[in-house]
Amino acid sequence: MTTKHFVNKAPFDPNATEKLTPEQERYYMATQWQLMWWKLKRHRLAMISGAVLALMYFSVIISEFLAPYALTTRNTDFIYAPPQTINFFHDGEFQGPFVYGLKYQLNMTNLKREYQEDKQSIQKIRFFCKSDPYKFWGHVASSTHLFCPSATGTLFLLGTDRLGRDVLSRIIYGTRISLTVGLLGIIFSFIIGITIGGLAGYFGGWVDNLSQRAIEIIRSFPELPLWMALSASLPVTWSPILIYFGITIILGMLDWTGLARAVRSKLLSLREEDFALAAQLMGAKPQRIIVRHLLPSFTSHLIASATLSIPSMILGETALSFLGLGLRPPITSWGVLLTEAQNMNAVELYPWIMTPVIPVIIVVLAFNFFGDGLRDAADPYR
Amino acid sequence: MIPTLVAISVITFVIIQLPPGDYLSTYIAELQSQGENVDIEKIEALRAQYGLDRPMIEQYGLWVLGMLQGDFGFSFEYQLPVSEVVGDRLFLTLVLNFATIIFIWIIAFPIGIYSATHQYSLGDYGLTFIGFIGLATPNFLLALVLLYLANVWFGTSIGGLMDPEYIGQPWSTNKIISVIEHLWVPVVVIGTSGTAGMIRRLRANMLDELQKQYFVTAKAKGLHPLRALLKYPLRASLNPFIADIGNMLPQIVSGSAIVSMVLSLPTTGPMLISALQSQDMYLAGSFLIFLALLTVVGMFLSDIALAYLDPRIRLGGSAEK
Repeated sequence: MTTKHFVNKAPFDPNATEKLTPEQERYYMATQWQLMWWKLKRHRLAMISGAVLALMYFSVIISEFLAPYALTTRNTDFIYAPPQTINFFHDGEFQGPFVYGLKYQLNMTNLKREYQEDKQSIQKIRFFCKSDPYKFWGHVASSTHLFCPSATGTLFLLGTDRLGRDVLSRIIYGTRISLTVGLLGIIFSFIIGITIGGLAGYFGGWVDNLSQRAIEIIRSFPELPLWMALSASLPVTWSPILIYFGITIILGMLDWTGLARAVRSKLLSLREEDFALAAQLMGAKPQRIIVRHLLPSFTSHLIASATLSIPSMILGETALSFLGLGLRPPITSWGVLLTEAQNMNAVELYPWIMTPVIPVIIVVLAFNFFGDGLRDAADPYR
Repeated sequence: MIPTLVAISVITFVIIQLPPGDYLSTYIAELQSQGENVDIEKIEALRAQYGLDRPMIEQYGLWVLGMLQGDFGFSFEYQLPVSEVVGDRLFLTLVLNFATIIFIWIIAFPIGIYSATHQYSLGDYGLTFIGFIGLATPNFLLALVLLYLANVWFGTSIGGLMDPEYIGQPWSTNKIISVIEHLWVPVVVIGTSGTAGMIRRLRANMLDELQKQYFVTAKAKGLHPLRALLKYPLRASLNPFIADIGNMLPQIVSGSAIVSMVLSLPTTGPMLISALQSQDMYLAGSFLIFLALLTVVGMFLSDIALAYLDPRIRLGGSAEK
């Protein structure tokens, strides 16, 4: 009985089955960061949040240019003026963006300031215009703004406060402080967290035990009262700038525990890997092994979890400043702005004083979504 | 737990000693600013009386020993022993925090189950979104707005934990009712952020359990879906309710401190901040210790409750994973 064998006439190529499509090749050759980026790109909410954050941080660089008024400009004729709305049409005619002027009147029966739109006065908004002079980042003098009120008019898109200062401009300036507090604080807590977590994870034993106990104790303290106590101990004689750094350090000082734990647990498992042993046998010092060989394996994770803990710092700063224990004027953060909204009057009569809370909510949400996306993207096994 | 408490007392003591000078130097500055003469001898006598001239370690020892005997030191600002100054405050803080935990449970429980069983539905997205907003809004502002609304809609008097006529009165039924009427605003405000976190965790836990085979089997064998849900996955995913007390407590205590200040509730928060500012160290120290104690004991209790409720932990065996 003869069986018929099928024999391929084509010459034998030992690598034939291993040929990859260009797409697969691209995927397998990609670095870890490229993989992360591709994964992150698919997460739409995270991308939008990331864009919002990027925009906000960009605005920090050019606050002075963006704000229509300077930080301390007082419009004494317009105290607690309500927000002016932007209109485009007057009597059915296109005018370009403009606001109606405000007419001020004191209600003599209840002594309430009352403002009314004056439909006669049309105040066109100017763009790339000269207005309040400022010093860019405190050094370069200029007076060009992205947009400013008409030469004789006013432009209070979010109203004015107790001293007649434009709330929108102050929010834009406050962004600079509020966003950098979170960033500086996280850098500080990152350094402590990696150092302590790294030592604990790499050496184990009593170092590990000691740091674990310390972390437990710090975590069992309620954060805010501790923050309060620490910031109350900042000397009154310090300049606002020193207080600013003091507050960021205090915020970072209680926040590193989560990071340290993450670093430790990762290191505990990674130091058993062969490449760590190899490095050790070749005589590398612990510092080099930790920083050069072990840390890179989970940097992406660390960045993700750091992103997730920035919002709590921003909220913490806001709360402290609101209570008068954090930053103080002339430094302006969102929390400092919100101190104006401390009483019932604000809620009832001048609700626009509370608008600084809107950027707080946006930033906290954006950081949460972006951090979630990063965390998902950082995990290569899902 | 005991070493933790010792460490906490040390940290607290260091913190209340951190501000330069002591209460007496603040006091002297105050007298001088009012143009009064300062009697150095009197100040020295006061300093000796309160033990402020002794070395730090001795002061710490005296302080801790006193606390163990129920003597919390002397409040310089009020010129009264601390235990008399705080009065009802500690108790009301406890009530407030406890009510908040109950609130979080009651709200998070049904919402978490709903979100998990209706994953990716409109309701799930809506509730998740509201939860996120609750997480992102600063507590104190929410407090202000809710307080305003409570006043406009229900006519509840602004601030405080009871109607003004009950302040300083002994406890009575009417007083308790008044407290309950006022309690809901701070409870809702403090609870929002905690609720959001709890919902997310409960949802994640439930989702894990819902995919497991025993649940599929139970359903396949014809058990009513609701009964199957309540009997098995729910029970397994209940752990976070107890275990999370440990995570939640510091958060709730923090939240209640700041909300109390905004609403001027007669709890520890407002007095703590004024004590911190005037360097009334024993008063501030007692409050800090009390708040830390609250969380540590709470965590301890939650550990015990967890061990009692969850056979996997109670039996100490390493459950197969």
